[in-house]
Amino acid sequence: MDTGTKGETDGLRWVGLPGGLLTMRRTLLVVWSGLLAVATALPLGLLVGPAWAAAGAFWLAAGGWGWALLGRNWRSWRYAERADDLLISRGVLWREQTVVPYGRMQLVEVTSGPVERRFGLASLQLHTAAAATDARIPGLVPAEAERLRDRLAALGEARSAGL
Amino acid sequence: MTSGPVGEEPVTSGPVGDGAGTPGPAGGPAAGPAAGAPGTPGPAGGGAGEPGGQGVTERRLHPFTPLRRAWVPIAATVGVLAQQGDRAARWVADLSTLLRLVTLVGVVLMFGVYGFLSWWFTHYAVTDTELRIRTGLLFRRTAHIRLDRLQAVDVTRPLLARLTGVASLRLDVIGTEEKDQLAFLGEQEAVALRAELLARAAGFAPEEAVRLGEAPQRELLRVTPRELAVSLALSLGVWAALAGGIVAPFAVWWFSSSPWVAVATLLPMLGAVWAGTAGRFLTEYDWRVAESPDGLRLDHGMLDRAHETVPPGRVQTVRIVEPLLWRRSDRVRVELAVAGSKNEVLVPVASRAAAYAVIARVLPGVDLAGLSFSGSPDTGSRWVVPVWWKGYALAVSPEVFAARHGRLCRRTEIVPHAKVQSVRFTQGPWARARGVADVHVDTGANGTVTARLREASAAARLLHEQAARSHTSRATARPDRWMTESGPEA
Repeated sequence: MDTGTKGETDGLRWVGLPGGLLTMRRTLLVVWSGLLAVATALPLGLLVGPAWAAAGAFWLAAGGWGWALLGRNWRSWRYAERADDLLISRGVLWREQTVVPYGRMQLVEVTSGPVERRFGLASLQLHTAAAATDARIPGLVPAEAERLRDRLAALGEARSAGL
Repeated sequence: MTSGPVGEEPVTSGPVGDGAGTPGPAGGPAAGPAAGAPGTPGPAGGGAGEPGGQGVTERRLHPFTPLRRAWVPIAATVGVLAQQGDRAARWVADLSTLLRLVTLVGVVLMFGVYGFLSWWFTHYAVTDTELRIRTGLLFRRTAHIRLDRLQAVDVTRPLLARLTGVASLRLDVIGTEEKDQLAFLGEQEAVALRAELLARAAGFAPEEAVRLGEAPQRELLRVTPRELAVSLALSLGVWAALAGGIVAPFAVWWFSSSPWVAVATLLPMLGAVWAGTAGRFLTEYDWRVAESPDGLRLDHGMLDRAHETVPPGRVQTVRIVEPLLWRRSDRVRVELAVAGSKNEVLVPVASRAAAYAVIARVLPGVDLAGLSFSGSPDTGSRWVVPVWWKGYALAVSPEVFAARHGRLCRRTEIVPHAKVQSVRFTQGPWARARGVADVHVDTGANGTVTARLREASAAARLLHEQAARSHTSRATARPDRWMTESGPEA
């Protein structure tokens, strides 16, 4: 499986996200920046003057920048299943690491929107009794998402605790 | 508590009351089928198939309730009439005296029948595991509230209800709605029911639960009116509310040069000022904290009297607030967070020692005085949060995670490790450049306690240690039914 990050640090087995997510995000980025560039360049070029059509290049530049950002962001996402809790780490500039003990999980959700399905991806969302818990793993391969869901649900049941 | 259990559907009940015509005889046949329900497990109530199998006795609310129910639509009608002022007055003037009387009687009858029917069709029953509330004439609604998930029990007696000797009772379970309260019950009945519910929630057998009655209580703390008044007078927040309430309307008057605009701004301001000062005094008047095997009892209020019960082991977060002017006399205010409950204050004002003694009942085995707080590293923090960084501090003991913030009004938030739902580590670019990071601890009461500006490597270590601590601490936490095992201080 092609994943962004893999490796062991401090005895943790970190797993990155599959490449499909990056492909999906970059495809969306190209489509949107292309559309915006055309939508900016065409009216300007026709109404104001051909030279003004170059303003559309702004969106292409923004798209190029976004291309690099998406790559960095994708590499930053990773998760690790430990004996008693799940670790999710993400973010490049604003780093965030979340630890959710299995016993605290109230609900494990696998969702997949139309675009995600087109790229063969699914997202996993964990809910605890705390609304602030933000534990989401986007862009997993459906088989992996389902395996994780079943495993988390089973572990959650085994280690379940009250509020 | 504006709407009762069936307050959500006056429209559906309206036509029924209309068609019934007269209240007395019409109520009889309509309610005939339902009258057979008490005593036998009703069709809706028995649907769950309780393993206990004993006859679940359904009970009704206090007969006073219809008056209160009828009050809501009458108030709504008056409101509509008042809003339509002129047209309504002309319309009424066109009618003859007889017609006016008939309309009045009709309206009163209609609402009376509505109130009566909604009361007649509201039942509640207590089973081994649940409190069931069955309401609704056309749109049936059955709420099953699980007792082992009970977070708190409140008995409230608003001023009017106190005069008529009734009280409303609410169980705080996560997900319950405003309409899941039992309003109204007779005062004796409410207290007895609270005792029974708590005993059942604690895991006593049903016969025993009824017989046990109200658990004995021992008073821990009482706030005198003088102490409360002094504490409010020393609160900067109260003065700020007063000053704002006085200055703002004048400022608006000055700028808009129209007294009416000033009055319009004054009214909502007055509400806020009232809530922050006199309203607070009235609700926190004669605050008593007592201890019973059921948990902590909080009784307070001057006009509206409230009696809250927090069962043991339900508190998610305790917050100790120390306003600037209170610190000289070492007074503190204690607030608490319980999941699914609106209770917020544990002690409005008390000396530190007395407050700690009360907190010791809520968080058994926690040595608050022994917590050693360590501040943020001054080299980095100074640049991330300029002046206020000095207020941040953190203490971790084997039982709790305690974070402090604020310089003028110092707040210390304490979470038992067993209540931690998830732990997060966050670090922005600026904080990373300065080598600091934040650690957030999420609790079930939708609260987050944040230890800000910790040294980055220490924060990363703290994240993992905290996860491990909350895991081991959960294993030793007491059970949901707190009497089924001998608790630490049962």
